[in-house]
Amino acid sequence: MPFIPHTENDIRRMLDSIGVSSIDQLFDEIPAGLRSETMDRVPEALTEHEVSRLMSQRAARDGQPLCFIGAGAYEHHIPAAVWELTTRGEFYSAYTPYQAEASQGTLQLIYEFQSMMTALLDMEVANASLYDGASALAEAVLMAIRANRKSKARRILMPTAVHPAYRQTTHSIVNNQHIELVEVPYDEQGGHTAPERLAQHEGEDIAAVVIAQPNFFGVLEEVDALTDWAHANGALVIAVVNPVAMALLKPPGQWGEKGADIVVGEGQPLGVPLSSGGPYFGFMCSKQQYVRQMPGRIVGRTVDRDGRTGYTLTLQAREQHIRRSKATSNICTNQGLLVTAATIHMALLGGEGLRRVARASHANTRKLVAKLTGEHIRLRFDRPYFHEAVLSSALPLQRLLRPLYAHNLQPGYVLTEAYPELGESMLVCATETKSDADLELYRSHLERVIEKQTTAGCPVQPKMA
Amino acid sequence: MLIFEHSQSGRRATAQAPVDEAVVDDLPAELLRDDVPALPEVSEMQVVRHYTRLSQKNFSIDTEFYPLGSCTMKYNPRACNTLAMLPGFLAHHPLAPASEGQGVLACLYDLQEMLKGVTGMQAVSLAPAAGAQGEFAGVAMIRAYHDARGDAERDEILVPDAAHGTNPATATMCGYKVHEIPTGADGDVDVDALRAAVGPRTAGIMLTNPSTLGVFERRIEEIAGIVHNAGGLLYYDGANLNAILGKVRPGDMGFDVIHMNLHKTFSTPHGGGGPGAGPVGVSARLESFLPVPLVAFDGDEYSWITDRERPQSIGRLSAFAGNVGVLLRAYVYARMLGREGMHRVAEFATLNANYLMKRLQEAGFDLAFPDRRATHEFIVTLKRQQKEQGVSAMDVAKRLLDFGFHAPTTYFPMLVPECLLIEPTETESPEELDGFVEAMAKILDEAEQNPDHLHEAPHTRPVRRLDEVRAARELDLRWVAGGT
Repeated sequence: MPFIPHTENDIRRMLDSIGVSSIDQLFDEIPAGLRSETMDRVPEALTEHEVSRLMSQRAARDGQPLCFIGAGAYEHHIPAAVWELTTRGEFYSAYTPYQAEASQGTLQLIYEFQSMMTALLDMEVANASLYDGASALAEAVLMAIRANRKSKARRILMPTAVHPAYRQTTHSIVNNQHIELVEVPYDEQGGHTAPERLAQHEGEDIAAVVIAQPNFFGVLEEVDALTDWAHANGALVIAVVNPVAMALLKPPGQWGEKGADIVVGEGQPLGVPLSSGGPYFGFMCSKQQYVRQMPGRIVGRTVDRDGRTGYTLTLQAREQHIRRSKATSNICTNQGLLVTAATIHMALLGGEGLRRVARASHANTRKLVAKLTGEHIRLRFDRPYFHEAVLSSALPLQRLLRPLYAHNLQPGYVLTEAYPELGESMLVCATETKSDADLELYRSHLERVIEKQTTAGCPVQPKMA
Repeated sequence: MLIFEHSQSGRRATAQAPVDEAVVDDLPAELLRDDVPALPEVSEMQVVRHYTRLSQKNFSIDTEFYPLGSCTMKYNPRACNTLAMLPGFLAHHPLAPASEGQGVLACLYDLQEMLKGVTGMQAVSLAPAAGAQGEFAGVAMIRAYHDARGDAERDEILVPDAAHGTNPATATMCGYKVHEIPTGADGDVDVDALRAAVGPRTAGIMLTNPSTLGVFERRIEEIAGIVHNAGGLLYYDGANLNAILGKVRPGDMGFDVIHMNLHKTFSTPHGGGGPGAGPVGVSARLESFLPVPLVAFDGDEYSWITDRERPQSIGRLSAFAGNVGVLLRAYVYARMLGREGMHRVAEFATLNANYLMKRLQEAGFDLAFPDRRATHEFIVTLKRQQKEQGVSAMDVAKRLLDFGFHAPTTYFPMLVPECLLIEPTETESPEELDGFVEAMAKILDEAEQNPDHLHEAPHTRPVRRLDEVRAARELDLRWVAGGT
């Protein structure tokens, strides 16, 4: 029996000890009419070898393409030690650290994680993670509504240059609590959220303004002006940032006069593989004054009864297992193992290593943009970008891109559905993992397809008789 | 010692990052950072040694018996991890076209189908990232269902007082008021109180069955009838699904919507606090409201279903498709169990729990519900020891750590005083259970002979009991260079 150690003798001895004649008798409190062992839809058991073959075939089918898609999930080099250590059974198979004396490894690691995130973002407090970047933004919106006691309206300014899936997720999670997400359109030319756009909301009651850095288009926002506008208008600032970018860009704690109030984002770029979309982890930091409004686990350093340093979950009165219907969130299980990976990843890279990754990713994307743009492809926005850029095509994009997949190359994320007004546009990303040869390969493949389609499609302009 | 305290200015693990410093000359100075983030500066070996040593300060399933009630700490088969981390799955970008991810989509589709089968539900979405997000999706669907029918007066969710804290917290997040239903002396929901509570304001009830008291809710059909007749829907909290896998299906009990904790029943690792996965299953009338994305199969190709195809969906719960890597682990586990292995999970989890309950009772412990069968878990109460010897459930829990056993769940459910909620799971051998009974018997002796020894426990862990009051009053939540 897979994973069940009992022998026939064991079973007999245990049943005798309980005083029943069969295992089935132990289920006699379940009304007989309800019992069902129907298992259609569940196939017969496979051995480990058989399931290994099946999974290997399926994984091989998805291949290992040269990927230029970013859009919220980024391929970076992950040191071998990260997942070697993370999947040690003592981290991998432990529970949430409720019993502090038996969980000092996980607890100290989370304390180190909190220290690293606050250093990276220049913030005062961090929690122990949320599900992912998008759901973290939803939690930040709920937190801002609680924290901004001066604001009576439940309104949030949400730029359309924030990741579309983040906006959708936030809507799904907060919409039953009568919170209004007011869209702020991006600038046609620059792809940024122009501070003048916010000025239209001058004098309105707004609980918080969301500012993404970089925004979904990879474009850098004027974070100082946006932050100061929000604070001047009584709104809190919720920053949504890429953590790798923060090794190069001004961290949210330094935005404007007072800094961002709540910072969230997707932690995946810190040591988590693309993994078909998850598990990733959301991070959240804030100013100290808002810590009691924060959702999720928080670890604090304290002493034991002998005065030795130790770590424990703290401020648990915010949480669902204590406060129940009055809790800051319903979150319980979060993304502990991913936080383990990220902490080890940040320790290995250090500030300098992370900065090099950020610089190299930025430089590679610039190189890629220079290579791909030309007669038919142009850069859509004129503002500076981090490691992603929107390219617009004069030719139907899907027809250009489809042949590239056959070359094991994933050219970018097409924006037609999320931003129909951008027409034939896509978001491309080249992180530090791409070599000059990779960039050149992309260019040459694309050039060939363009050539074919601009010449072969209509070799001679047919004259209508 | 913290990793920061191993730091030496200028030390680096140089093989890990790009060698050349790329030139950045195109970004405006006011957008740039003017310092290097103060992360540790250490060598690779220092990192490996530090985190290996930290890991050794943890209890885990791989190292200790972990009978944490309501958490289903069963063995996490290694093949599940190895196969979910195959390069093809790890390298796949979530926004690559479905045509490029047929392998992973096939696994997810198969898992959806199997979960329908084991729960008896009409349709399943794998999107929720954890149990609490599954609960959220479930209650949001209940709300969407009533709203779609123009039934807007229903503003209350019923929750038994023994429920997990996530239940009432979830109801609040979905904009509902919470109405608590008391529990009867036998551990079942007080059906008369339920009958009095339902009405035109009832949107639904959130029920865990077996309940958090470790007993099967025997009058479940009657409860379903009462709630349905009042126009409400039934939500099944799958926290305890391990107890009934392959024995009775939530769909057959009359539930309209359920969530499953794959990190419990389907043996994916708890990871020191996640990641989990909390798929939701629904009856036909809720199918159109399921969270997106879902996986479809036309007999030839797998594809994503999004809110374009499902305009009534409660929407997206994360940026991509939830915790896919966790779903792959659960899939491998389910394939290894197969049809014939599912019901054995419930059988041996129940056998172990009833055996352990009986042995602990014989050893002198009081059971919260001595007249009931244990399900996959049961409750011991130390009310008598607390009164007679001043020994609390906390003391026993901490002393167990000295014997090399993780503590059971303590002080939950709150309605049983001084309780230990004990869940051995099906993967433990009877020898391990016997060792646990022996330790518990010794602790009972110590409670009489030397109760102070229990108050002072643990004695053998890296730290002794921590000052939690100080942790909350003098908040120290991060290391700061040059700080204390």
